[in-house]
Amino acid sequence: MSATVTEVGLPTVRRTALAKQFYDGTAMIWRNLIAYKRVPQLLVFSTIQPIIFVLMFRYVFGGVVQKSLPPDYPYVDFLMPGIWVQTVVFGAIAAAIGLATDLKSGLLERFVSLPITRSAVLVGRTGADLIRNLFVVILMFVVGSLVGFRVQTNVICLIGAMLLVVFFGYALSWIFATLGLAVKDPETAQAAAFPVLAPLVFASIAFVPADSLPSWLQPWANHQPVSAVVLAARHLVNGGPTAGDVITAIVWCVAILCVFVPLGVRTYRRAL
Amino acid sequence: MLNGSAIVVDGLVKRFGDVEALTGVDFEVERGSIFGLLGPNGAGKTTAVRILATVLAPDAGHAEILGYDVVRSPEEVRMRIGLAGQFAAVDPNLTGQENLQLIGRLAQVEPSAIEGRARELLAHFDLADAADRPVRTYSGGMRRRLDVAASLVQEPPVLFLDEPTTGLDLQSRLVLWETIRTLVQGGTTVILTTQYLEEADQLADRLVVIDHGAIIAEGTASQLKEQLGGAVIEMVMQADDEVRRAVSIVGPIVGAEPEIDGRTLRVPSPDGSHLLAQMLRQLDDEGVLPTALSLREPSLDDVFLALTGHGAEEASPEEGSAA
Repeated sequence: MSATVTEVGLPTVRRTALAKQFYDGTAMIWRNLIAYKRVPQLLVFSTIQPIIFVLMFRYVFGGVVQKSLPPDYPYVDFLMPGIWVQTVVFGAIAAAIGLATDLKSGLLERFVSLPITRSAVLVGRTGADLIRNLFVVILMFVVGSLVGFRVQTNVICLIGAMLLVVFFGYALSWIFATLGLAVKDPETAQAAAFPVLAPLVFASIAFVPADSLPSWLQPWANHQPVSAVVLAARHLVNGGPTAGDVITAIVWCVAILCVFVPLGVRTYRRAL
Repeated sequence: MLNGSAIVVDGLVKRFGDVEALTGVDFEVERGSIFGLLGPNGAGKTTAVRILATVLAPDAGHAEILGYDVVRSPEEVRMRIGLAGQFAAVDPNLTGQENLQLIGRLAQVEPSAIEGRARELLAHFDLADAADRPVRTYSGGMRRRLDVAASLVQEPPVLFLDEPTTGLDLQSRLVLWETIRTLVQGGTTVILTTQYLEEADQLADRLVVIDHGAIIAEGTASQLKEQLGGAVIEMVMQADDEVRRAVSIVGPIVGAEPEIDGRTLRVPSPDGSHLLAQMLRQLDDEGVLPTALSLREPSLDDVFLALTGHGAEEASPEEGSAA
């Protein structure tokens, strides 16, 4: 770190690439998190909605779904990992809406003209969503516990399951960040997101066992990323074979990141 | 290296699909001066600024800011520029103070200098009372002022102001003009785009007039005005036959055919009010006095009419629609 003085201007600091990445990224994360403090409705929406899902599935549909489960496997235990994943999947839309809004308001143009790392805007958005997801998933664990959810394994596995879910949410944030920058309009981003998310969340094993789905839907439901992550999280907290499932889930997350981090950064540079 | 050009622009071309937003623009801006880009909406002013501010890449040509190429060394350019675009590009969820601190941080300003600088700017732009309120609660004019303040946080040696006074009231406009003059005295180089000849006249040391992505005139504001023949007299007549009679009276006095637009006659008046008085005496003698009359400085529209034969309003396709 060395201070330089130009002819006109305040003293500036030249940071190494890595230090700059961290410095710019945290500044952007902070700015996105402040929105949750200033517009509490944002956080209320991303917590109330999953709580309603918990109550609805636990008490309204739970009785029916329980019939497809082994009698010693309570539906609430089956449900909660699905709820966590559903929460981070729907939450990912925030990245698309947030970036499309910044683009439309001219804020991204200002950011691009500043000496920040290329990825800072995207790291700021996805990083803030990561922290929010962490908070919401822990909250959902508490809510689940209040309606009877019990971890059958141990604390390490529980933390592992939550981290896996949050990691998946992080990967999805990059998909939706790219989408938001591509469509360039918050309303369009929201409208475009739902048709992508609905089949991923509802045609999955998040709320019901795969064998209760029609046979033509089962191949999809068994082999799509939401199901992979739900299955791994479920085995982590309810017991069952974990290694293979967890690896599959992680491979999905890493694959998504490998495609959408570079694609997102590229879309960001071309969005203006 | 205090003298010489701060900005060199050479053969800049930018296309959006089939639309040529810039068709080969060249100019140089001297250090510590104000350079005006004058032109109607869609002329290419904003595109030029966005290329110089490293937001857009040109399709051909090149540009240097303080010796750094905008395409090859964007980081060095970004360390030296401030940009206030056409929108009030501030975060509505942050307070005024937080917005400026964020920009200071991202501009890599020495951390200890940021907070004080933000307070100073807020006070300067009459936003001190609103410093700790979320920008969401600001009026349009306040946001606009904060936006301009944000472009000044790092005291950039080169400042781009894209129609900075649009949406400002007269008082704020005058404060901003004064701020710009002070900055330039301190050595800042400013590129200012505007649709108003008056603004360019007040501020710019030199200016170029842009139309359809090309420079059509270059010089100082007074050189441009001379080219136009100074002020313009406008007369509105009561009836069509009076227009014909007025033309036959005014024509010989001016020594040129007046321009007719409906019942409005437009006459260049290089010597100010002298010609006007003479015309009025004659018209009064003949009993064809106009119902409305004005003597005004040439507007951008007059510049365009004189330079291109069309008005500023009926100009180019929309530029930068991706914005």
